[in-house]
Amino acid sequence: MAQGAAATRRPTQAIPVPGRMTVTLYVNGVERKLDIAPWTTLLDALRLHLDLTGTKKGCDHGQCGACTVLIDGRRINSCLTLAVMKEGARIVTVEGLAKGDALHPLQQAFIEHDAFQCGYCTSGQICSAVGLIAEGKARTADEIRELMSGNICRCGAYPNIVTAIDEVLSTKAAQKPREARP
Amino acid sequence: MNNFAYARAGDVADAVRRIAADPAAKFIAGGTNLIDLMKENVARPSLLIDITQLPLSRVEDTKDGGLRIGTLVPNSDLAYHPQIEARYPLLASAILAGASPQLRNMASTGGNLLQRTRCMYFYDTTTPCNKRTPGSGCSALEGINRMHAILGTSQHCIATHPSDMCVALAALEARVLAAGSGGERSIAFADFHRLPGDTPHVDSSLRADEIITAIELPPQGFADNYSYLKIRDRLSYAFALVSVAVGLEMNGDTIRQARLALGGVAHKPWRDRQAEAQLAGARATRESFLQAADVVLRDARGFGHNDFKIELARRAMVRALTQAARATPQSQADKRIR
Repeated sequence: MAQGAAATRRPTQAIPVPGRMTVTLYVNGVERKLDIAPWTTLLDALRLHLDLTGTKKGCDHGQCGACTVLIDGRRINSCLTLAVMKEGARIVTVEGLAKGDALHPLQQAFIEHDAFQCGYCTSGQICSAVGLIAEGKARTADEIRELMSGNICRCGAYPNIVTAIDEVLSTKAAQKPREARP
Repeated sequence: MNNFAYARAGDVADAVRRIAADPAAKFIAGGTNLIDLMKENVARPSLLIDITQLPLSRVEDTKDGGLRIGTLVPNSDLAYHPQIEARYPLLASAILAGASPQLRNMASTGGNLLQRTRCMYFYDTTTPCNKRTPGSGCSALEGINRMHAILGTSQHCIATHPSDMCVALAALEARVLAAGSGGERSIAFADFHRLPGDTPHVDSSLRADEIITAIELPPQGFADNYSYLKIRDRLSYAFALVSVAVGLEMNGDTIRQARLALGGVAHKPWRDRQAEAQLAGARATRESFLQAADVVLRDARGFGHNDFKIELARRAMVRALTQAARATPQSQADKRIR
């Protein structure tokens, strides 16, 4: 089969390669200049060009959420984002959440509530939860579940993920009075 | 993904000029569907024209009391926009029923209209598909067609349009504003998406050199009596098997005006004016709703695996009409059906 396919394949000498482009990203507070092809996704730029491998490639099709990062404070799927389209953007990955040795409250809560098993989806879950809290739309466990549905956990750690996020949300709410629900 | 060139459009005229100059070029905004299609080699553009720098991100009042939504407004911003929440909650609800928070943060208003079917044969380049490769045949007709259309199909294509937002826009009688080489025009939502016929590779009436600049909503938003009910294989982050958008204008328990559109059942958001006319003036009873559902489904046809959609659509319509009449719209947060 492989031989047959190889025999019918045409020589690839004449494929034009459009030029690489320069893009500047601010990743976890650090200016990073990249020289990349336009078809490089933000996910590949982070993992392959910047060695920030905390962001995971799961499905690579926007169906699992493992690649979730924050762009200008909003959670997005980095696998469906072209890096060249994000000139000047502020990007936060899981590597940028802790302050020195002090973990982000969500990282701490995920550990305390055992909110993962294999851990592959965890960086996406945590970045997504950071976005969710910033959005301010989730107040109940039902709303957390719904607004975290873009992050799939193959191990099924969902109950503990919801508990961990709920705890951080409740702590935040206790620190400042909640707005009345509409 | 194929190699492609990349350019940023400076203004709308520049965007139109660039797309008119290269038939294999494509616009990109959110990219949530296009990049996926490129990874599957279903889309192979020569040039991507980045339109995200264009000044088309505003939501503003129109002279007639409606709302104009810039094509680049992200789906999440639109769903949570105070004017949309207050005046067009049907639209807000439909948007929140679709995709995931991450995808809604990325996806643009115009791009939502232009997303392509999720028919698995369209995505699978090893199988015939008239939408992907005109004239190659339809694999879904005799294949696994559980997700496929029951209304307005042709012997060439039984794919469905995947959008939730568009089902609400159809019910609300939105208009699509487009700019092209020939100037600007406004397209009624019902005329924007099309049925497959013998040209299923053409999804919409947007011309090759046109760009969507905005969506306009008329003043009537049906904010008191509405519901968006979406039935799917899991409670969130899945495409519709059947969805129903309902907007009612009530006078006591009599329906003054009705809007009824379905998703997941056709090549376009399926709106039936005959069923709507039958509901106008009727009392809001289960019998009236069943009769309207029968009108909508009069020509429905299954293809084997999706036969269940006909009865599912009937029940979903009755449920959504009941929810709208009682002013107890479907919650997109807990999904409990009341």
